Amino acid sequence: MKTGWALLVGVAVVGGGILLVNLGVNPYAYFAGYVVLQYVVIATAWNILGGYAGYVNFGTPAFFALGAYTAIFLIEAFQAPLPVLILAGGLTSALLGLGIGYLTLRLKGVFFSIATFALSVVLQTLIINWEYVGGAKGFTLIRPSAPFFANWGMLLFTVMVALAVVAVLAARFIERSWIGRGLAALRDNEEAAECMGVPTLRLKLFATTVSGFFLGVAGAPFPYYVTYVEPSSAFNLDYAVNALAMPMIGGTTTWVGPVIGAVLLGTAQQVATVTISSELNLLIVGVVLVLFVVLAPEGITGLARRLMGR
Amino acid sequence: MTGALLEVDGLTKRFGGFLALDRVTLHVKAGERLGLIGPNGSGKTTLINCVSGALSTDGGRILFEGRAITTLPAHQRTRRGIVRSFQIPKPFTSMTVRENLDIPLEYAAHARSHGAPAAADEAMDILRAIGLEAKAHLRPAGLTQIEMRKLELARAMAARPKLLISDEAMAGLSSAEVDDILAILFRLNEQGITIIMIEHIMRAVMRFSERVVVLDAGHRIAEGTPEEIVRNPAVEKAYLGE
Repeated sequence: MKTGWALLVGVAVVGGGILLVNLGVNPYAYFAGYVVLQYVVIATAWNILGGYAGYVNFGTPAFFALGAYTAIFLIEAFQAPLPVLILAGGLTSALLGLGIGYLTLRLKGVFFSIATFALSVVLQTLIINWEYVGGAKGFTLIRPSAPFFANWGMLLFTVMVALAVVAVLAARFIERSWIGRGLAALRDNEEAAECMGVPTLRLKLFATTVSGFFLGVAGAPFPYYVTYVEPSSAFNLDYAVNALAMPMIGGTTTWVGPVIGAVLLGTAQQVATVTISSELNLLIVGVVLVLFVVLAPEGITGLARRLMGR
Repeated sequence: MTGALLEVDGLTKRFGGFLALDRVTLHVKAGERLGLIGPNGSGKTTLINCVSGALSTDGGRILFEGRAITTLPAHQRTRRGIVRSFQIPKPFTSMTVRENLDIPLEYAAHARSHGAPAAADEAMDILRAIGLEAKAHLRPAGLTQIEMRKLELARAMAARPKLLISDEAMAGLSSAEVDDILAILFRLNEQGITIIMIEHIMRAVMRFSERVVVLDAGHRIAEGTPEEIVRNPAVEKAYLGE
């Protein structure tokens, strides 16, 4: 599939999303669909660093919440519109990504993961103590009437469709470019990659920055979605677990894997929340993840490849 | 010294309080076959880690083709032509044998033309020359020990080195396999590639090298032709004790 075709498919998905909005489905479907699409963005973004470069980030909540709180800050200060919030949220998290990129100079493997986890805890503590964005008691957003759409659910759903398409196209482009090949080499063996001419530091910084950007982008519309943001919801551990589990289940080496994982697990969680219990959804993730790590460590895409005899 | 491809002057490297290299000087002429020997822990691998850029240095300087490279990151040294193979093979495990060669071809040999059409023929030519073309589509996990060493050399070749540093490419191989690797290295040298060979298999180093440098405890203790080195009492002492 050429890049032109991929772009066409992307545009078609966005168009389909807009069409879907006008079909008059149960509003809850948009509400749930938003979460699944948000996880497509998160899993795809996580995978650019975790899957392509092999640096496991446990700090997804930090990046997601930084996007959300950048948005809150800009709403408080300037009443900034949604596109500005998304861009600013992405850029702030990209900066944080660049920062953890430099951590990779000294920290590898599990130590890098622990540092990113600690980052999330530190950032949450800072936000809890920052009164301007709501502090520990949280931030309540009063939404004006939704522009262009009948309600915010439909608008945000459409926005998330577009963001998911952009994130997936970006991941696909990176994977198939010289950057993706270099990242795969450093994932396999960083020292050998460097000795074969791969500028490992520069590629790692690229991966952490782009990954951070899209995680922030996923978080920026969050205040509009929930209208009430508190640190414990924005920094929820669910994001760290899901961001890791979804690509692992779908397959980490290609752009398709995180999409498959996010759609499957995200949908399963939404269904379980409604039909069984809202606490059960993480249990599903845990069980499925354990099964995959043991039985199909290369995820669904790896399993498919093996079954097709490649 | 003029005409030297690689000049290492007064190179010092410390690990905490341990002096791994103490003002080591080493000159390598273009086209030369140099053997680097020494007992375990004498600093051979540290020296080539400093030359290839995997380690920073604590003193001294390194010139390649007359230009200082002391502070260059490793990947830029590779692009200039200093390429090493690893003692324990470090293949890219998720890629096929051919794809393993595509990385240095793209990033080192053709670093300035990213995105140029994949050099499929170039990779296959190298694999053919080294006798791995039948394995081109396998993952490294499916290779034997000697094939793994050959892959290591083939991948280094794909980076188009001017100076190839072979770090114990033959350890653990059978005598026939050692001859196999030696033949490959001789052929590369005939093509104009300067080679530094680090090796514990004396038969191989002595046959291969035009000149041998001996390290012991971070010092250069001897230098000369293989015949001179074999007769050198200091070398005997370093290896066998008094």
